[in-house]
Amino acid sequence: MNSLDLARWQFAITTVYHFIFVPITIGLGFLVAGLQTAWYRNGNLKYLRATKFFGKLFLINFAIGVVTGIVQEFQFGMNWSSYSRFVGDIFGAPLAMEGLLAFFLESTFLGLWIFGWDRLPKKIHLASIWLASFGTLLSAYFILAANAWMQHPVGYILNEIKGRAELTDIVKVLTQNTALATFSHTIAFAAFTSAAFMAGISALLIVRKKDIEMSRTTLKLGLIVTIISFIGVGVTGDINARIMTEQQPMKMAAAEALYSTTDSAPFSLFTVGTLDGSRSVFQIGLPSMLSFMSTGDFNGVVEGVNDLQAQYETQYGPGDYTPNIPLAYWSFRLMIGFGAIGLFFALLALWQMRKGGLPSGKWFKPAMLSLPFLPLLANSFGWIFTETARQPWAVFGLIRTSDGVSQVVSAGAVLFTMIAFTILYGALAVIEFGLIRRVIHLGPLDEVDYADPQLGGSDTKQLVASY
Amino acid sequence: MTFQTVWFLLIAVLWIGYFVLEGFDFGVGMLLPTVSKNEADRRAVLTTLGPVWDGNEVWLLVAGGATFAAFPEWYATLFSGFYLPLFLILVALIIRGVAFEYRSKYGKAQWRQRWDVAIVISSALPALLWGVAFANIVRGVPLEKASSGSIEYVGGFFNLLNPYALLGGVVTLSVFYTHGAVFLALKTAGSIRERANSIALKAGLVAAVAAVAFLVWTNMMLPEIDSTVLLLSVVVALLWVAGLAMNFKGREGWAFVFSAATIATFVSTLFFALYPRVMPSSLGSQFDLTITNASSTDYTLKVMTVVAVVMTPLVLLYQGWTYWVFRKRVSASQIVNPERGILDEVSHTLHL
Repeated sequence: MNSLDLARWQFAITTVYHFIFVPITIGLGFLVAGLQTAWYRNGNLKYLRATKFFGKLFLINFAIGVVTGIVQEFQFGMNWSSYSRFVGDIFGAPLAMEGLLAFFLESTFLGLWIFGWDRLPKKIHLASIWLASFGTLLSAYFILAANAWMQHPVGYILNEIKGRAELTDIVKVLTQNTALATFSHTIAFAAFTSAAFMAGISALLIVRKKDIEMSRTTLKLGLIVTIISFIGVGVTGDINARIMTEQQPMKMAAAEALYSTTDSAPFSLFTVGTLDGSRSVFQIGLPSMLSFMSTGDFNGVVEGVNDLQAQYETQYGPGDYTPNIPLAYWSFRLMIGFGAIGLFFALLALWQMRKGGLPSGKWFKPAMLSLPFLPLLANSFGWIFTETARQPWAVFGLIRTSDGVSQVVSAGAVLFTMIAFTILYGALAVIEFGLIRRVIHLGPLDEVDYADPQLGGSDTKQLVASY
Repeated sequence: MTFQTVWFLLIAVLWIGYFVLEGFDFGVGMLLPTVSKNEADRRAVLTTLGPVWDGNEVWLLVAGGATFAAFPEWYATLFSGFYLPLFLILVALIIRGVAFEYRSKYGKAQWRQRWDVAIVISSALPALLWGVAFANIVRGVPLEKASSGSIEYVGGFFNLLNPYALLGGVVTLSVFYTHGAVFLALKTAGSIRERANSIALKAGLVAAVAAVAFLVWTNMMLPEIDSTVLLLSVVVALLWVAGLAMNFKGREGWAFVFSAATIATFVSTLFFALYPRVMPSSLGSQFDLTITNASSTDYTLKVMTVVAVVMTPLVLLYQGWTYWVFRKRVSASQIVNPERGILDEVSHTLHL
């Protein structure tokens, strides 16, 4: 493997790993804020126990999300310096804004929330978790606007002399439909992910008969949010599919392994055999569905891979403009499939709870144990699809990934850091998983009371939160 | 003043914020075993950082992001050129953040000792390497025009380990160590406070020798005597002496103000020595990266200026407010059951 392949693998490993923790953090922040608000308003201590319990899980998860995020900020310059030179005038701005507007907000107010139980009056303490959560949302917005620009560059001109893209309209970059659609889809998925996480863990508490009063409430909350947010995932996914067909038709064709331009194209559910287009394969499909998904019309024309390849060769010169089709085809289906299984489990559990009972049956424990993992898989495949099916482009139509890699970094150096990050990340995953299991094993606090503190707290009283 | 100069100054401000704030985080991390006599002490020491370390580290992320946005050529050349030192810093920052969050979760001695070792190493390593990196930038590194037309770093890893840069590393290491001790003396009560105070004096003298040697070297390295750099170097020394004097008199608040001001002035000195270059080349000034040939367009710089002018005061306000909220000293006696972790099997109650 050369340094390009290695740099791509490193980006894939560090980014997919980082994004395991990100959606849980974004959604769980808001869920915990909601629970604390419920306690603030009605004083019911089960909500306080829930806030403390899920807050603990939230923070264990947040720690890894934060530290792996630093790598994201640095590796553009380290492994992709040619890319950075080319796009810095545009791509750097949302990254800097993310730091200035979002990272400061979330880190500062999260610190206040964690250590502020006996330092901040009740109301300000509650406000701090909302502000921290709002910070995570802002962060998602800026980084997704940057990513959307890679999918569909707008608001720029090409400076031939300097050999780079230059910003002409920041508003366009931050408000183009690609950015808004990606943001809403990702946030809906974050809500889905974190709610499934909450529901799955609450179910495990119920199986272990721990604090049924609290876990019943959080199970129900988790399930309802899982279901509602999945509707959001579907709606925003549909919008994304149409935007993608219009802006990156090759990506849609790859997702469907559709080689020839077709009207009334079916949506392929499943394929047996190769997807290299050399021979027809056994497929089960929904008639006309792909046409509808991509164009909003059952008879709409969907362009095929071969036609697009020919078209791009005339437009951009000779080259291979076809992404890895089996990867695109399967990751697209796995994204939807894992999400749908999660939804199914959530519906089943909520159905059993409809008359005030608790879900039961042999299916319950394994299904709920898998519930937190299903959306994580769906997220990962979604990003693997979005990023690999844009290839060979780093920024669609502007710069190829192969032209973006650092020229002065040797393959050996990239390999070394990739192995080191992988080992480190693996070890962190093991530690984090152990801690989460431990938190579930202990369950919520048996008893908790609260005295509204003065701003600044006391000099001598024992600390509620300490390292 | 051009927008390029504005952003050169803003990036200097971001690095000043980062080194003043995370500087004491590094120091406290390194001091953890030295300044503590028992488990309660160690937890009190770490708790002084609890609410603030993450916010402090964001200054680095913003400095990185702002360099990317304002001077993409600088960001690209620096980050790809200083590849291994930056990688080591990243690994250290990852381990350190996780260590803070996880070390007290369990009471088991072995668990905690391992994380403590991790905290010491992962605090010392970046404290050293940031000095090495900045000294190299000021000294100039081999930069050359590549076939692609961009200016690239052509030295290897060992090129970065020259005596001047290593001395720079010793300066940041010893200054942050002292700064951490001064911070602990201000933020703790009882025996930790006394120990931190006496460590600060001794470490401060070592740092003074290293810093003076480094600043003299820096001034002599410049092609001609630059009166601003010279003046700032003298101010650095005076501020540091004032800080040590305040520490000696037990005026901990002032000692901290002076050590923070020393770091701020020290970073300013380096940036003044650079201006208008951002990365001088040791192979000839035609390969220097400057605020002109490394910068983004005026449009981008204008947009970013508006964002920075609106947001920076707000950030300073709420981050400053955090320090006000957590202004009380932490004493070891305030740590509940220091030997126990919150994930140990205990009577499971909490009194808020």
